[in-house]
Amino acid sequence: MGYPNEPHQRETPVLSRYFGDTEARSLEGWKKRGGYKALEKALGMAPVDIVNVVKESGLRGRGGAGFPTGMKWSFMKPGDGKPHYLCCNADESEPGTFKDRELMRWTPHALVEGCAIGAYAIGAETAYIYIRGEFTEPLYWMEKAVKEAYAAGIIGKNAMGSGKRIDVHVHKGAGAYICGEETALMESLEGRRGNPRIKPPFPAVSGVFGMPTTINNVETLIAAAPILMNGADWYKKMSLSNPKSTGTKLFSVCGNVQRPGTYEVVMGFPFKEFLYDLCGGPPHGRKFKAVIPGGASVPIQTLEEAEATLMDYEGFVAQGSMLGSGGVIVIDDGQSMVSVIARIARFFAHESCAQCTQCREGTAWTTKIMERIRDGEGTVEDLDTLLDIAEQMTGKTICVLSDSCAVPVVSGINKFRGEFEALIQGKRFHPVIAAVA
Amino acid sequence: MVSLTIEGRTVSVPDGTTILEAAKTAGILIPHYCYHPGLPVAGVCRMCLVEVEKAPKLAPSCATTVAEGQVVHVHSDKSLDARKGVLEMLLINHPLDCPICDQSGECELQDYTYQEGREDSRYREPKRFNPAEDFGGDVIYVPNRCILCTRCVRFMDDVAHDPVLNVSERGDRALIGKFEGKDLTHPWASNVVDLCPVGALLSKDFLNKARAWELDRTASICPNCTQGCNVIMETRENQLVRMRPRPNEHVNAFFMCDWGRLNYRWMNEKSRVEQPMVGRAKALAPTSWEIAITAAARALNGKKVFVVASPMLSNEALFLLTQIMQGGSGAFRVTEGEEAPLAGVKDLALRRERAANVYGAEALGFIKTKDLLGGLKQGDVLVVAGEDLEGIDASAVGRASEVIVIGSVLPEVAKNASVVLPIANFSEEEGTVTNLRGRVQRFTQAKQAPGDTRPSWLVLGDLLGAMGKQSNFFLPSEVFAGLASSNKAFAGLSYDSIGFRGLPLANGSSTGPSAPIAVGAA
Amino acid sequence: MTPDLVGGLESPDYASHDRAAHEPYAPVFVGDVKLELDELLTRYPTKMAALLPALWIVQRERRWVSEEGMVEVAELLELTPAYVKGVVTFYTMYHQHPVGKYFIQVCTTSPCGICGAEDVVKAFLRHTNAGELGLTSPDGRFTVIEVECLGACGFATPVMVNEEFIESVTPEKVPDLLARLA
Repeated sequence: MGYPNEPHQRETPVLSRYFGDTEARSLEGWKKRGGYKALEKALGMAPVDIVNVVKESGLRGRGGAGFPTGMKWSFMKPGDGKPHYLCCNADESEPGTFKDRELMRWTPHALVEGCAIGAYAIGAETAYIYIRGEFTEPLYWMEKAVKEAYAAGIIGKNAMGSGKRIDVHVHKGAGAYICGEETALMESLEGRRGNPRIKPPFPAVSGVFGMPTTINNVETLIAAAPILMNGADWYKKMSLSNPKSTGTKLFSVCGNVQRPGTYEVVMGFPFKEFLYDLCGGPPHGRKFKAVIPGGASVPIQTLEEAEATLMDYEGFVAQGSMLGSGGVIVIDDGQSMVSVIARIARFFAHESCAQCTQCREGTAWTTKIMERIRDGEGTVEDLDTLLDIAEQMTGKTICVLSDSCAVPVVSGINKFRGEFEALIQGKRFHPVIAAVA
Repeated sequence: MVSLTIEGRTVSVPDGTTILEAAKTAGILIPHYCYHPGLPVAGVCRMCLVEVEKAPKLAPSCATTVAEGQVVHVHSDKSLDARKGVLEMLLINHPLDCPICDQSGECELQDYTYQEGREDSRYREPKRFNPAEDFGGDVIYVPNRCILCTRCVRFMDDVAHDPVLNVSERGDRALIGKFEGKDLTHPWASNVVDLCPVGALLSKDFLNKARAWELDRTASICPNCTQGCNVIMETRENQLVRMRPRPNEHVNAFFMCDWGRLNYRWMNEKSRVEQPMVGRAKALAPTSWEIAITAAARALNGKKVFVVASPMLSNEALFLLTQIMQGGSGAFRVTEGEEAPLAGVKDLALRRERAANVYGAEALGFIKTKDLLGGLKQGDVLVVAGEDLEGIDASAVGRASEVIVIGSVLPEVAKNASVVLPIANFSEEEGTVTNLRGRVQRFTQAKQAPGDTRPSWLVLGDLLGAMGKQSNFFLPSEVFAGLASSNKAFAGLSYDSIGFRGLPLANGSSTGPSAPIAVGAA
Repeated sequence: MTPDLVGGLESPDYASHDRAAHEPYAPVFVGDVKLELDELLTRYPTKMAALLPALWIVQRERRWVSEEGMVEVAELLELTPAYVKGVVTFYTMYHQHPVGKYFIQVCTTSPCGICGAEDVVKAFLRHTNAGELGLTSPDGRFTVIEVECLGACGFATPVMVNEEFIESVTPEKVPDLLARLA
C-alpha cells in the first residue's frame, strides 16, 4: 500500500501487506497471518539449502548496494570454529528512505523471523538488530516482539524446539548516518565511533568482534521468509523487465507529490506510471521537475529520464541514476535545485565521520560553495571548483559517503546547469508560477 | 616472496608487505601522513593513493598488500592528481602559520605541498577556528593546524597503552581531544610531538626556541638511562636545544621517553672546569696540558690507584681508566628513578638506572656500589673521573694520598686535588656506550667543548703515555680497538662494524632479545 | 488535523527529569539500573560493546551525559574517559549539556526541506520563545534544533520531542502541539 494511503491496485503487497494493521504487530496476530511458518520450515532445512533458495530467487540487498543476498550468505564458511554474527542494518538514514521504519513498526515479528532465518542460514547464533536511535517507535515494537518471541521459545537457546540457539538483540544507535555503512555499523556495535573500516578484510572474514559477520538490510531479511514459503521461482517471476532484478521492492515516496508514502511494486514497474498514477502526480498547479529515485546518494534524474525509467537496478542505471535504497524524492518546479543540492551537501558534511581528508574537508567545502551560490554570491569559477572537488571526492576514500556527496553536485550541475548559472548571474530563483486549479 | 614493479623498478618482498613498504625497498618514498611503521595502519589521510594497473580505483599503498605482478605507478598523472587534491583539501582550513609555526622547515605538509601541491588556494570561505590547548606534560595542541592523521591517538592507544587522546566531534568539526583533568602525563607522551607531521602538536620545551633549519644535527645516544635510546642531538650556536629519537629496531623502535628527551640541559652546563690545573701552595692554579699531564703521571706512577668513575663515561674512557689502576680497583654509583616502560614495545623502558654506561662500566670491572669510596684504602691515589662526589664525606676523600680529578666539574670535597684535567661531557666527544642488554652503540660529538677541555679518551691516552704505558691513540676508534683486543666481551667489535645501529657484546652478557623489537608485540 | 503522537508508546517518563534536577551528578548505575547494565553486558562478548546502551541509560536517568557520567561508564566498562568522550561527541543524540524539558528536533533535510520544514522550524522558534536554534527558552521548557533526516520523509515534517516521534507537523499544528506538552 502506498501507506499511509489506501493501497493501490497496481501495487504488489508482499512485505507491506500488513502496513496499518495494528494486530499484525503482536505474536498471535502475526501467527494468525502465517507468521513463523517460514522459520519453522527453515529450521528443518540445512543452512546451505536455504542459501541456495535465496540465491536462486535473485534477491539482492535492499539497503542500497543491491548485492546478491544468497551469494553474500554463502561467504560465511561453516565449520570454521568461530562464532558467526548476523547484523540487521536498521539504521535507515538515507534521506528519502523510510521503508524500514514501516516494516519494523507494522510487522516487527517479520523482522525477528527474518533475522532468525538469516542467522540460521549463515551459522550464526547471535543476531543484532542495529536500529537508529531516532526510531523510537520501531525500537519499541522490535524490543516487544523480541521479548514475545523469546517468551514463546521461538528464539533463544532452543529455537522452536530445533535444538539450535538463536539470540536476537536490539541495539540502539545514537544519531549517525554513517552507521548505516556496514563496517561503520560494526564499529558502532562494538562501542566505537562509527568509522568505516578499510576492506579487505571483508565482514564475512573479519567482521564484528573480529568474527565472520553478515550485514543485511531490514527489507532483505524480511523478504527471505516469503521466498522460503513460496519458492525461488515465485520470486523470480516477479520481474517486469530484467531477470537480474527480481521480486518486489518497497519504494518510499516523498517530496512534492500528491500521495507520499511507502509503495510496493514488482521490479521493472514503469516509473512514469508509478509517479503519476500510483503516487498521484505533482501537487496542484505544479509540474514535476526532477526526481532523486534512490535516496540522496544517487544521481538526480531529469523528468525526462525518470519518465523513461523501468524501476529496477538496471533500469535506473540506464536512465542516469541508481535504484539505491528506493527512496524516491520528487521535486517540482517550485523548488530551486541549487537549494535542494546545497541542503543535501550540508547533510553529508554533517554526517562525515572525519577519517578521510577528501570527505572531511570536501563535504564542508562543497556545502559552503553551494550555499554561497544559493545565496547569490557564487562565481563562474565556483562551478569548476565544485566539479573538481567532486572528482577528488570520488573513488578515493574508505567508504562512499564522499562519493555520495559528489553525486548530487555533479548530476545537478550537469543536468540543471541553467539554474546554477542564473543564480551566479545574479538572478534570484523564481519558482514557476503555480497554475490555478 | 612477491615480485612487483613500482615506478618501473622491480622489487621482491615478503608476502604481506604493503605497497608503501615495498616501494621503500626500491628507494621510492610514497608521500603519506597517517602511516607510520611504528603504529597500526589507519589509511585515513588518503595521501598514499597510488595507481595500480588493472585495478578500478587508486589503492591506499599503506593498507594494500602486494600481489604478484602488480604494476604500480606512484608518479603517474592520476596519482599526482590525487595527492594534489589531498594537499589542497588539507590546506583549506590550515592557517597560514608557517612564519610563526615551530614545525616550519621540518613540516611534511610544507614539504609535499612545495613538491606537488597547488601554488594557490581556491578556498574563499572562512576557515575553521579552534583555540590552542595545553594537553599537559610537554605538549601543546593547535587544532587549526591539525590534519587529523590520528598518529597521536594511535600512539597513545596502541603503543603507550594509555588512551588519553581521542578524536572528538565529526566531519570538519573534528579535532583531537582529551578528557578534562586527564592530561598527557604518560612518561612517553612527547613522542606524539615527533609523530605529528605538522605543527599541531608542539613541545612546550622547544616552543619558539629555534628554527628547524638553524639546527645542527648529530647522531648520538641518550645518556639519561641504561636503555640507550638512539637519538639525534640538535644544537644551535653550540647549545643543545633538543633531542629527538632516532629509529633503532633493536633498542628503542621509533621512540624515546620524556625524561630522556627533556634532560639535555645538563650538557649545556656553563659552570665547569675549562683549564687544566695543578696544586701549588695548597691552591689550584691553571696551567698547561703538558704540565698537568706530567704532574698527574708523576702522582700516579707506581701507586695503587682507586678510580671513582661516572657511569656517563664512554667505554673508551673507562677502558683507559682501568689501564691506570695498576692493581687498584674502580667503583661507580648511579642515580635511580622509577622504571617507566612503553607498554606497546617489547623491552623498552625508561630504566631505573639513570646513566648511559652502567653496563659498560661493569663489563670493564668497575663495581656498582652505594658506598662510593668504600674501596678507597688509606694511602691510595684517588682518581675522580666524571664524578661530582655530591654527598660524599670529605673525610673519606681524606684517606687518599693524592686526588686527581678528571672531569668537567671540580667537586667541593676534592678542592685539594693535586691535578685537575678538564674533559668534554657526553655531547662534546665521540665514543661508545653499552646499554643494559649489552649493546654497544656509538655516539658522536654534537657541540664543541668550552675553553681548553679535551675529549676524555684523549686526556687519558696522553696520561697513559706520560706514565710510560703503551698509548698510540689518535682516534677514539683506536682506543676502542685497543679495548676490543684486550677484553673478551668486546672482542670482534669495531666502530665500522658497530656503525649507527650498534652491536651486542660478544660474550652473551646481553640477556635481552637479539631479535628486532616488534612494535605492538607487548 | 492534530499531529499524531505516534501510537503505542508509553507517555514519556519525565520523572527522570526531576531525578536529574535533584541529583544531577549522583552515580547512575546503582540498584536496578546496575542490574540493567549487568544484563546488557551478557548480550555482547566485550564490555566496550555495551557503551552506547550504557550511555543511553545515563541520558535516560539524568537527561544528559555529563562528564561525571562519562567517568562512571568508563570505569564500569574498563575504558578511559577520553575514549568515552570521543564516542559521545561522535553521536549527535547524546546531549553533552542540559537541554530544555522538551527537546524539539525538526528534520530539515531536503525531502522535508522541499515540503516546508524551514517554516516548521520558524514556527517552533516563535511559539516556544526559544529565540534561536540550540538555545533554551527563558522558562527552561523548550530547546529547538534542526536535525538531519529522521527517516519519515513521507510524513513531512517529522519532529521529535524528547523520545516521542511526531509525524506530519505543519506550522499550523505547532501551537496545539506545544499546548499538549505540559
